[in-house]
Amino acid sequence: MAEEVLVFGAWGSPFSRRVEMALKLKGIEYKYIEEDITNKSPSLLKYNPVHKKIPVLVHNGKPVAESLVILEYIDETWKDSPILSKDPSERANARFWAKFIDEKCLPAIFKACWGEEKEHEKALEEATELLQFLENELKEKRYFGGETVGLLDIAANIIGYWLGVFEEASGTELLTREKFPKLCNWANEFVSVSAIKENLPPREKLIAYLRNRFGVGTASKYTRHL
Amino acid sequence: MAKHDVKVLGTWYSPPGMRPRIALNIKSVKYEFLEETMAPKSELLLQSNPVHKKIPVLIHGDKPICESMIIVEYIDEVWTSGPSILPSDPYDRAIQRFWAAYVDEKWLAAMIGLRSAQGEERKAFLDQVTEGLALLEEAFGKCSKGKAFFGGDRIGLLDIAFGSLLGWLKLTEKVNGVKLLDEAKTPGLVKWAERFCADAAVKSVMPETEKLLEFSKVVAAKMKGAPPPKN
Repeated sequence: MAEEVLVFGAWGSPFSRRVEMALKLKGIEYKYIEEDITNKSPSLLKYNPVHKKIPVLVHNGKPVAESLVILEYIDETWKDSPILSKDPSERANARFWAKFIDEKCLPAIFKACWGEEKEHEKALEEATELLQFLENELKEKRYFGGETVGLLDIAANIIGYWLGVFEEASGTELLTREKFPKLCNWANEFVSVSAIKENLPPREKLIAYLRNRFGVGTASKYTRHL
Repeated sequence: MAKHDVKVLGTWYSPPGMRPRIALNIKSVKYEFLEETMAPKSELLLQSNPVHKKIPVLIHGDKPICESMIIVEYIDEVWTSGPSILPSDPYDRAIQRFWAAYVDEKWLAAMIGLRSAQGEERKAFLDQVTEGLALLEEAFGKCSKGKAFFGGDRIGLLDIAFGSLLGWLKLTEKVNGVKLLDEAKTPGLVKWAERFCADAAVKSVMPETEKLLEFSKVVAAKMKGAPPPKN
């Protein structure tokens, strides 16, 4: 039976790019559908009625939503080039830090880049503290996943690429080589992997989009998906 | 496994704190329950969960595992001889994880909002909570496929995620004078809730509503409506 894999995403979203990165790493063919998040398609609303958000993976007609849930589904369905270890404590560790990135890091980064002026110092401090945890977690590994890119590396795509873009778009400095030598090295390694490189939105286009949407250094609403 | 090899650091009242204990009970794994003092937080908690400083923490040998649903998946993966907590099919697993994430991220936020909101805000949160329950009723129909639990014949991941919140749900019903689980609107969930709370793996760890009520008054007096410890 021919396999049909669809990915509903948005070009600038690190969340939908995660899904594409995982599929590319495993050599899975898929059809990509670009969603205009200001004008969501009937298909998207049908496949993700609960959240009405991208990304959604549709595998032979069956939809899966939420990027981290999708990553696990991909790993369990296509077993070549695994992105999670077989060891339960390593798996728990990767899941812990992926959740940490989404629930703690990203909001803090956004606040540091586009939060209230008067809270800027505090927001920078908080984001720095959180990134320090990831710096420590990396230790001497090439990737968070060890010798190869794993689920946590993919989840950390926000740190590996989008963070640098956020910094430039907002004029904020967070991921400096002085404070985060390991994370900086990792980011370079990460974006050099072909399955990752192919899936990075164009930098200038993303900067323009972010400045247009969130302004430069002014307070604005943070939404989870771009 | 010797009893002292598996420890759960938690509290009697915390819903996420129940989750690892239910999972260990399902697997018939003996563990030591360490009641966390919370104020101040114990050295053990600060050491074993330096990032979030929250319960529950599972301490397996000398390894701490944090985040309640991550702990549940870990338990399922380590103790493979017991009944499975997650289904074997990847799609069914994704559906369980999707709804567990929904419960923790969306529905729980609405419940927490409802507890401390006043006036108009209260109505808005109440609407969110009941809308969420309608979605979960539908999910129950699809996941259970006519069986007793979201996980089928036995308690599974989503049962643990959502069921652990039933104590607080009943408390909210009492305190707010509302019916959240309703025979007319959510008949499937009403029966499921009874079965869940009566299950051998759950009974011994589910707090009594009266005890929660007393406790919540104490907490409210001290902290003026701050949300319960969550992770």
